[in-house]
Amino acid sequence: MIPSVPRVWREIRYRYRLIGCKCTDCGAVYFPPRPLCIKCGSRKMKELKLSEDGVLINYTIIHYASREFKYQTPFIVGVVKLREGVKVLAQIVDVDLSEIKEGIEVEAVFRKLREQGEQGIIEYGLKFRPKIKPK
Amino acid sequence: MGRVVVLGVGLTKVGEHWNKSIRDLFVEAALRAVEDAGIELSDIEAVIVGNMSSGYLQGQEHLGALMSTWLGLRGVATAKVESACASGGVAFHQAFLAVASGIYDCVLVGGVEKMTDAVTEDVISALIMADDQEYVASTGITFAGLNALVYREYMRKYGVKQEEIAYFAVHDHKYARDNPYAQYPFEVSLEQVLASPLVADPIRLLESSPISDGAAAVVLCSLEKAKSIKSEGLIEVVGSAVATDILSPHEREDLTTLYATHVAAERAYKMAKVEPKDINVVEVHDAYTVLGPIHLEDLGFVKKGDGAKFVVEGNIEKDGKLPTNTFGGLKARGHPVGATGIYQIVEVVWQLRGEAGKNQVSDAEIGLAQSVGGVGSSVAVNIFRRLR
Amino acid sequence: MKPFRSVYIVGYGGYVPVYRVKSEEIARIWGKDPKLTPIKEKSVIALDEDVVTMSVEAAKYALRRAQIDPQKIGAIFTGTESKPYAVKPTSTIVAEAIGATPKLIAVDMEFACRAGTTGLQCVMGLVVSGMIDYGMAIGADTSQGRPGDELEYTTGCGAAAFILGRDTQNSVAEIEASSSFVTDTPDFWRREGEFYPQHAHRFTGKPAYFRHIVEASKLLMEELGLKPSDYKYVVFHQPNIKFPLRVAKMLGFRDEQVKPGLLSPIIGNAYAGSSLLGLVAVLDVAEPGDRIFLASFGSGAGSDAFSIKVTEGIRDKRLLAPLLKTLIDYKKYIDYALYVKHRKKIRLK
Repeated sequence: MIPSVPRVWREIRYRYRLIGCKCTDCGAVYFPPRPLCIKCGSRKMKELKLSEDGVLINYTIIHYASREFKYQTPFIVGVVKLREGVKVLAQIVDVDLSEIKEGIEVEAVFRKLREQGEQGIIEYGLKFRPKIKPK
Repeated sequence: MGRVVVLGVGLTKVGEHWNKSIRDLFVEAALRAVEDAGIELSDIEAVIVGNMSSGYLQGQEHLGALMSTWLGLRGVATAKVESACASGGVAFHQAFLAVASGIYDCVLVGGVEKMTDAVTEDVISALIMADDQEYVASTGITFAGLNALVYREYMRKYGVKQEEIAYFAVHDHKYARDNPYAQYPFEVSLEQVLASPLVADPIRLLESSPISDGAAAVVLCSLEKAKSIKSEGLIEVVGSAVATDILSPHEREDLTTLYATHVAAERAYKMAKVEPKDINVVEVHDAYTVLGPIHLEDLGFVKKGDGAKFVVEGNIEKDGKLPTNTFGGLKARGHPVGATGIYQIVEVVWQLRGEAGKNQVSDAEIGLAQSVGGVGSSVAVNIFRRLR
Repeated sequence: MKPFRSVYIVGYGGYVPVYRVKSEEIARIWGKDPKLTPIKEKSVIALDEDVVTMSVEAAKYALRRAQIDPQKIGAIFTGTESKPYAVKPTSTIVAEAIGATPKLIAVDMEFACRAGTTGLQCVMGLVVSGMIDYGMAIGADTSQGRPGDELEYTTGCGAAAFILGRDTQNSVAEIEASSSFVTDTPDFWRREGEFYPQHAHRFTGKPAYFRHIVEASKLLMEELGLKPSDYKYVVFHQPNIKFPLRVAKMLGFRDEQVKPGLLSPIIGNAYAGSSLLGLVAVLDVAEPGDRIFLASFGSGAGSDAFSIKVTEGIRDKRLLAPLLKTLIDYKKYIDYALYVKHRKKIRLK
């Protein structure tokens, strides 16, 4: 990717805080937010702060990645279903590859997504990790 | 709407063309198609170029004017068509519309991709641009990774085992052996496929289409004009449709069925006035093994969940019920992304003309080619019929 | 330095990354006796963590306990010496991530391991003066130690965040007073552009750590008319196990007062987060009415001391976010090779 500050900057609010939107006509919830509902066609979309916990419903382990991610391999990317029912794609971290399975409860954590090279800006956002509970 | 036929086809071998540029490849395929069509270059009124990543991989856009210039065609109408991995199939659809509309009589549509100019990690970046850059690519997921989500869900939902799915790669390689244009013209065993390294769990390297260079081209012509040029070997485009789905697969209700394939196929069947059972030969877009069975199901050839079994039981062999990927598919013919959709069409045309050599399906009359962009985000289905 | 009206901690949060490297593993690499290491194990960030991400996590836990609208936070000060950007504030990223932007004061502070507590003093002043209603101070570090240096055993990672306000009802503790003692004492430093800090070995002890903490602590207790036995708990900056126990003894505190807040044996020294994480651990177990004595130390050099009295709110509020012990217990051991990768001590690019 060509490094870009504005491209990252304008998404900060949604990426940092998991802000999606809800269709005020049919109730469908989306992340990231969008101007039109693909379920009912409504334009009446309202911003919605999404819950930061959910369940892992699918995942893959990436072994060969692009330049920006190759030093993180192997890493897990999963589909997390949030309480609102919306599905979010995110890295699943702080878990051994052998422990990962569908159905585990996960919680959002703030992490580095990628760096625009050694000299460029750092892109931050949310990832998920297994919900930490008292032993 | 006017009737449209394929007048000529041409392609380059798929592979690592270190000494050929993106324009060298396109011109080579285009000239072969023009020669095969039996026309002069000057007969071409429009040039449509299907390509996904020349901007990222070559730093080159404006392929329409570039290729027209290199073909010596000053003044023609032209455009680049980009629909990720479906660029070829969608470009073909646009060319079909151009001729069917009656505006043009003769259109050259080609697909080209030159992937080996970049290293693998940059090709991975280019391919994930098929999905959302800000909220999908930013997770680090690769295109293989998105398909791995489909794979895992398919196995879970239908209780299908990996060895049944992975067999699709074995099938492809078997047919690439006798395809002189294939990137990998040799056979592989199921054991080799299952022992190859993981790319994106559970997808293994030998279940994945390769990084390829290649170009393929087709000359489309109105039926009236075509008849004035030749009477033999005319293949009519009887159905052509493109459909889309929600861009990112994880947002859909079901990962194991590609809605866009259903819609595009339904439209194309209707236009062609045929049903799945009428199709004699098929090319599906198996970028990863699991997509082979899924496409066969979504195109209406077999019940959901039974696709892999259908393949393993021999139904897609050249003498089976539904000969499929008879030139090696994406896995073994290769997958020069924006050209792949045109390769598939050339292969179907060869089958219908009876020019498929050792892989010839006996008496094929109707063929179908499916081209997929993203994880089923754009799908083109084109149906062809031999004219007698 | 006694505020002219009461100021309270209304929310607090600690964060420690899940990865650990054992001291015996580090000793193995350098051929040292694994039984003679200064601590048991230390925390290590994941590949995608830094001071910003840890600060955000600690801040979010603090906000959960504070139960206030983040828009009411009027200041965020992040004290650190290992921020990922040499130029560009950590505090604005934290503010954005918790929804506190844009009407607030936000700045990063650097004073070696002491900047977090100095941030706390600044927030106290702003809250007490009425300039802001709530303010947050964070201490966080991904501490650096040169491979092979004694520091390598102890340099840990972590963050702690505190939200201060004036409302008694919503509080977990009152900060009764604070003191500072600073001199120009170069015991430990890192020059601009250098990756690893340097230190003056035994000089870091008596003239630096011990002198500054003892003086700041005495100042505070004198001002308040309190003595070590008035405190249930005491937390000092913890570069190892020995130093905090020894300085406690020098001031007249007992080991039992130190131990509940002594995390260095199991997470190492999180520099600007070190003493503040100790305070988080103590708040997790303290009861209303308990007094806590806190004294940081930052090389260069200075110490800030605080007298804190736990209030009723602690009982319910501590349950609103994971206890620090829960986070520390969720751990994954890595070997030295992975540690080197996580801390980017090998050239990858």
